[in-house]
Amino acid sequence: METQARFNWRDNFRLGLLAAVVALSLCAIGVVGTFAQRDIIGGVVSLGHVFLFGAALGGGYLAAHRDADGGTGRALLGGAFIGFLSSLPLVVLALVAEPFHLRQFLPNVSPELLEMLTLGQGQMPGLLILVAVVTVLGLVGVGMARLPSHVRRPLLTGLGVVFLIGLLSETIALAWGSHGLGLRIRRFMFASKGLSIPGVLVVFAAATGLNVWWNTQGSRVRQRVAALPPRRQQVLRWGGIALGILILLILPFLLRRYLSEVIVNVGLYILMGLGLNIVVGFAGLLDLGYVAFFAIGAYTMALLTPSEYGVANLSFWTALPFCVLAAVLAGIFLGVPVLRMRGDYLAIVTLGFGEIVRILVLSDFLAPLIGGAQGILKIPNASIGGLEIVHPEHLYYLVLAGCLLAFFVSWRLRDARLGRQWMAMREDEDVAEAMGINLVRTKLLAFAIGAAFSGMSGAIFAAKLSSVFPHSFSLMVSINVLCLIIVGGIGSLPGVVVGALALVGLPELLREFAEYRLLMYGALLILMMLARPEGFWPSEVRKRELHTESAPTGGGSPIGSA
Amino acid sequence: MPMLELQDVHAYYGNIHALKGISLTVEEGEIVTLIGANGAGKTTTLRTISGLLKPRQGKVYLEGEDLDQYKAHEIVYKGVAMVPEGRGIFAKLTVAENLDMGAYSRRDKKGIAEDLERVFELFPRLKERRNQVAGTLSGGEQQMLATARALMARPRLLLMDEPSMGLAPVLVEDVFDRIMEINHEGTTILLVEQNAHMALQVAHRGYVLQTGEIVLGDTADGLRQNPMVQKAYLGME
Ligand SMILES: Nc1ncnc2c1ncn2[C@@H]1O[C@H](COP(=O)(O)OP(=O)(O)OP(=O)(O)O)[C@@H](O)[C@H]1O
Ligand SMILES: [Mg+2]
Repeated sequence: METQARFNWRDNFRLGLLAAVVALSLCAIGVVGTFAQRDIIGGVVSLGHVFLFGAALGGGYLAAHRDADGGTGRALLGGAFIGFLSSLPLVVLALVAEPFHLRQFLPNVSPELLEMLTLGQGQMPGLLILVAVVTVLGLVGVGMARLPSHVRRPLLTGLGVVFLIGLLSETIALAWGSHGLGLRIRRFMFASKGLSIPGVLVVFAAATGLNVWWNTQGSRVRQRVAALPPRRQQVLRWGGIALGILILLILPFLLRRYLSEVIVNVGLYILMGLGLNIVVGFAGLLDLGYVAFFAIGAYTMALLTPSEYGVANLSFWTALPFCVLAAVLAGIFLGVPVLRMRGDYLAIVTLGFGEIVRILVLSDFLAPLIGGAQGILKIPNASIGGLEIVHPEHLYYLVLAGCLLAFFVSWRLRDARLGRQWMAMREDEDVAEAMGINLVRTKLLAFAIGAAFSGMSGAIFAAKLSSVFPHSFSLMVSINVLCLIIVGGIGSLPGVVVGALALVGLPELLREFAEYRLLMYGALLILMMLARPEGFWPSEVRKRELHTESAPTGGGSPIGSA
Repeated sequence: MPMLELQDVHAYYGNIHALKGISLTVEEGEIVTLIGANGAGKTTTLRTISGLLKPRQGKVYLEGEDLDQYKAHEIVYKGVAMVPEGRGIFAKLTVAENLDMGAYSRRDKKGIAEDLERVFELFPRLKERRNQVAGTLSGGEQQMLATARALMARPRLLLMDEPSMGLAPVLVEDVFDRIMEINHEGTTILLVEQNAHMALQVAHRGYVLQTGEIVLGDTADGLRQNPMVQKAYLGME
């Protein structure tokens, strides 16, 4: 108890230092500066500010969270200390930047960044305000952690939604159109960049209110639904599904061209993600060369249609099955030699396979046949009844059809015999075999079906761009797909969608991310593993696996101690 | 014709000669036990029968049919199920899902439901815990689950690898009671055990395995009377 009552300098010092290092390095590598252009609240708060100040806020929150049963006074002191400590390096940075010409070594320490650090108030008063602001943020972090959860949750939800909408305000504002009521709503809610102040208030109030309502009334609503007769419940469920499908169908009209383009790209990744999810998530085979099947699908499309290097004269629709078939054969071709490999070895060999395919399509040796580094141009677009599918709004339906098919197939397979075979194999190959599961067939089917989805994605990709280039098939694509299923939740079908939206959709909307994509992935993956290792939308088995200590049952009968 | 017959089976791990000419028979309806020290080759013998390891020389016959032509997963369809050493349950799946997996080789839904009832009768503890994650079961419960899962394949020949390993004496007795019960219901059992004392109480016949060779084969009573067995495996002077 003695130690409990005292202020824990060491922990607080460590957290403060950590926050300082985070803020300082985000400044030094240019994240803060780059994102300063992206306003969340017009003219007030930018994404750069979030990166600059987030660390102090997080540090205070963590400190109070760790020392959950300490007194409030001590916690506040800790938060202020952490905030203060983490502001000092920023002050030093601002002070030494000009006299020492720091910009020579750290090109990102620009006058704009210094302006931001001093909050545009001139050096001395500005820096003092900076220290004060960061210190207060440390306190706010503590406050957040100390609020009772029925207050904190709505608050955080409100802030989160404001953050998201502010972040995407550029695209969201566009969706309101440029005349009539739409325009008026847009003018009210959005500044020229970011949300307007009234917009912030409206969004925050709505999100917070909804959250409060759900927290207090949600269980009652759920009970009410559960009490309905089964027929009515079924009607409700199908109604929900129908509504979802309806929204999916009219989405391009809501999103217009640019966003449709983004969604099409997301969709191509969803298609790949669903395929890799079968291989990695269902069957537990770590495949790092997954892009190879995407490439094979794309190149098959290029070669079978009347393109530059086309050897056949097929239409998109007749060529499509062959693209899928080619990918499937490649999947089996890869599968056979790796049948006996597990874990790391499998990962390395598949990685090699992906690179081999990329190098082959890039090679001069095959260039006379498939164009080498120049790629293949003039691939015809897909068409339906004479209508060419060129615009993203139309391509959307093609991709949607592919995704729905893949989703349906994955979903049915998961609950079928094959799904159980995969699950058994993933859990323990030896036991699975002893139980009568044909490992060879089961593994090859995973590779083949996974490859099929990727091949389909590649084929649509080729028709979409009317061209293929080797550089579209780099290792990065495999890593993207793997990351998105990890972030979404390995083995979970909705998780693939969530992961693709977060890792493919968001960076498309925030072009500045491109430069920091890998950094963001790394940070996101580490944070995920710490805070939510099962992913955003985990599958049942993963959820159980990672939370066994706290919830040993999968539902159903209570457990007595025997 | 015996249910199972091994004729001069030699098996290797790389160039380790693990089985040096094993011959044994198991008649339909019997419990036959295979006892021996650590590393004698008991597990290897079971792996050879279930096809996980192929003999380099010699034959394994199931009801007169040479098993050499079949892969491990095909042998399961022939009615041979194994309760692996160290239990080998799917730790992350629930009890019910594990049992479901056990019935994997079958397609008769009705029969599966009946057998589920049957194993729940045999192991009421599992019924209480059907939704519990298998990895959180106690050691004894995991053993029950492994056995129950093997039974779900409705095997004619059950291979059990040290079902008493790591269990408290009371539980061991319970496990052996169940083994007898399963046998009474018509399943032939080949039981590998280090606990020779218990194994020889439930078995009809037994073999003694030493460094890859069968050194003795007799009725259970005969083995219990045998001075060598008494000294080496029953701990009597
Ligand atoms: N995968 C393997 N690779 C190489 N050698 C092995 C392998 N598995 C078993 N062996 C060797 O084969 C011999 C027989 O092993 P086995 O597992 O059959 O013994 P056991 O009688 O089941 O012993 P225990 O009672 O300890 O389980 C041992 O010498 C063992 O080291
Ligand atoms: Mg053994």
